[in-house]
Formats: sequence, structure tokens, C-alpha cells
Amino acid sequence: MEVSSEPQNLNPTIYERSEERIVQESDYDNDVRDEIDRREIFDLIRSINDPEHPLTLEELHVVDLDGITIDNQANTVQVQFRPTIPHCSMATLIGLSIRAKLLYTLPTRYKVGVNIYEGAHIQESQINKQLNDKERVTAALENKHLCAVVNRCITTSES
Amino acid sequence: MIGELIELQTLEASDDRIWCVAWNPTGTLLASCGSDKIIKIWGREGERNWICKSTMTDSHTRSIRSVAWSYCGNRLASGGFDAKVSIWERQGQEFVLQTTLEGHENEVKDVAFSRSGLYLATCGRDKSVWIWEYNEEENDFACAAVLTTHTQDVKNLKWHPQKDILASCSYDDTIKIYIEDSDDWSCASSLESHTSTVWACDFDATGKRLVSCSDDKTVKIWQAYEKNNQQGIRSTNGVYPVWKCVCTISGYHKQPIYDVKWCPLTGLIATACGDNSIRIFREEESKQTDAPPSFSLIASNTHAHSQDVNRLSFNPKEAGLLASCSDDGTVKLWRIEQKLI
Repeated sequence: MEVSSEPQNLNPTIYERSEERIVQESDYDNDVRDEIDRREIFDLIRSINDPEHPLTLEELHVVDLDGITIDNQANTVQVQFRPTIPHCSMATLIGLSIRAKLLYTLPTRYKVGVNIYEGAHIQESQINKQLNDKERVTAALENKHLCAVVNRCITTSES
Repeated sequence: MIGELIELQTLEASDDRIWCVAWNPTGTLLASCGSDKIIKIWGREGERNWICKSTMTDSHTRSIRSVAWSYCGNRLASGGFDAKVSIWERQGQEFVLQTTLEGHENEVKDVAFSRSGLYLATCGRDKSVWIWEYNEEENDFACAAVLTTHTQDVKNLKWHPQKDILASCSYDDTIKIYIEDSDDWSCASSLESHTSTVWACDFDATGKRLVSCSDDKTVKIWQAYEKNNQQGIRSTNGVYPVWKCVCTISGYHKQPIYDVKWCPLTGLIATACGDNSIRIFREEESKQTDAPPSFSLIASNTHAHSQDVNRLSFNPKEAGLLASCSDDGTVKLWRIEQKLI
């Protein structure tokens, strides 16, 4: 997974960012049991930077709220993402960034699955298999070079 | 259920993921290793209590994926994501680094000593399986073969309980069996039926059957048919036994199954799953002699650990004593009790 200097998709379509989450009164009430929902997962990943463009995954429509499912009973989170082009060589890196972000922020009880939207990439099944092999993901994140690239994607300047 | 999985002790082994646990051949010591790059040796203190007896650090620069004991119990091998294999020698209470085997291009995923004590096998992400031969005079290991039959990352290795026959499992969804033939190692058969990564396999006590587990959430039982077998199952090359899948256990596991072990003392099969569970299966007694085998769940703990269970090890001397390890950083000891009906 090398990062080339030339972006592959030179002219990506940019999408409007969604509204900020409306803060409820109950958010400040410690007595309210408030489970993690889809929107919160989305907020964790929407501002991840694209490896090539100075844009977020939300602005490039790589992630959206519809692609996220969460089951708090089973402690499972599923994230689907859509590479901007079907032969995008950055797809694995984008998926790994989503995985890393959720690994670093979500409670450890969650089982996270990261997959490409069906039909959105020519190597969909290979990339999905790699992204969901925890041994390979662990090894990848131990790789200093790759980890630095991932950290650049998931570190955001905004609060 | 007709069995019970009783938790005996939790060992707080690490703040990080524990990848592997392994009992020594006499069942008196348990080795563990993981992402903190430390190997720990656990032993009994008094009747029931297990404590850390020694700690080995500074051998690997990345996660230690696997540890294995030699059959004599005096040697320990460890394989890490730093592409290295370390060989440790027991000197009294301590383990001293004897040698480091280098050759793999990147992450080493598993290490295993043969029953004969002649060979050590290692495998990894470079898709290869290496067989190292032990030289007693030089007290060293030399590479005897590099097997490149798998087309993807090799995850797990298991030696036959009596013979110098090796099984390997891979990300390419297959299991391969290797046999030594006039000083040359070659792949004798490829076991194909799983639809995703095969994470582990284990022989039964006879070595005539094999159990495997996969990312496809199933466990499969394979049977070896020697040439000229009574069932009339033809071998493709006419020389080596043919392995056929004779049973698939599905529907029990909700996540990838990371390990499976076939207890040589009790015949029970234990699985370690990404859904935090440990499950115990027992073969049903068949009424007809040639009926395909079937297995039933006799005990389980769906909250065995608070995260994925990575590896299991049956104590080789004490029937029903099982060790497990997890992403939650703990090692747990269990006793399996089978109730009589």
C-alpha cells in the first residue's frame, strides 16, 4: 500500500456535509442510559481525511449514515464504504483508516466489520477479506510507515 | 447440556492482546505470548494456584504470535511479526535464548515442533512453510525445506501425533498435508471445502482424522483414507492417503473461529471464537459402523472472555484441563466436566 503523489481520481464529486448532531438535554444527564447509535459512529468516521484529497470521507461520499449498522445487544458495528472509483488503489487504506479510528475510539466490547458497498469496487471481496482479518490488520498497524499514513488520515484539525 | 465448563482461574497476563498459550508436554508449565512482545511461563504454586514463574523479554521487536514446546520439554520456540523465530533452552527455572532463525520475509504466524524431535516447522505471511532440521551435535537448526504450495498467508501448523507429517492452514481457504519422501518434503494433499480463511487445525490422537476451523464460522472433520481402503475411495495420485471432509459443524459460531483443539485424552473438541465464546463438542456414538460422524455441543461459555478468544490448549496429562487466551489480555484455566446421563 504505497501512497502515490498523483491522485487517481483527479476530479472527485464533492458532497455537502451533514448538519451537526443536535445536542439533547439528556446528553448531559448522567442518569440517562444512552447507548451508542449510528449517528455517533458516523461522527467518528465522517471527518477522516481522504489519503489523496484535502477532503473528508463524508465530503467524498465514501461514508454515509445509511452504511452504518449497530447492534448494542450483540455488540456489533458494521460500516460500509464506497470508494470514489471502482478501481481505487486506496480502498484498502481507506478501510484500514476507518478500522483504526473505530479501534482507537470505540469501547473494546464492539466487534467491528468494515466492508465495501456491494458492487463498488472491482476487488471488493479481496479487500473485504483483508480488512476483516484481525491478524493482518494488527500487523499492518504495527508497520511504522503504514501507521503514520493511517494516523495522518484519522487525525483531524477540527474539534 | 450434558457437560460443564468451569472457570478455575484468571491470569492477568498482559495489558495487551494475548495471541497464544501452550502447555509443555508434561502439563506442568504453560507458556503465553502476545502483542506486548513478552513470553511468560506459568506454573503451579501449591495445589490450585497458577503464577508467573518466568518472563522472557527483549527477543522480538514486534508482537509474538506463537509459542511451542519441543516434545522433550527443554526447548521453546517463539515466532513473531518481526519475521524472527527464537529458540529458548530451559536451564533450571530459567529459559535462555539459544538461537534465532531468520529466513521468513515478514510476519511469522506459527511455529511447531514435530513429535520425533527432529523438526521444527514455521510459517507466515510470505506464504511459505519452512521445515528446520535439528542437529544434535551442533545443537542448532538448519533449513531442510521451504514449501511454497499455499497461495496466501499461512496461519497455523500442526504435526501428526506419531509421524513426521505436517498440516498447514491458510488464508487461501485450504489445508495442506506435507510428507517427507526420500529426504524431500512435498505436499501430499490439499484439503478444500472451507469458504474462507482456515485459522487452525488439529489431529485426533490417532492422526487419522483432522479438525479445522475457519473464518467461514464452521468446523470441519476430515478423515484420511489410505490407499486400497475398504470404502473404495480413490487416491488421486495413488500413493498418499486422501483426506475427505466427513462432517461440518455449522450454526454454533457467530464470528470467525480462531482456534480448534482435539483433546488426545478425552476426544473432546474445543473451539475459540471471535464471539468471546469457548465451545466443547463431543462425538456422538454411532449406531451403524459406517455412518458419518456427528458431533454435539456438550458445554459452552458465551462470555468466556470479554473479547475474542485467540487460542486454546488442552493439558496433555490432566484430562479436561483447558487453557485459553484472549484479546482482553487474560489467560484463563477451565475444567470440563462431562455428566453421565
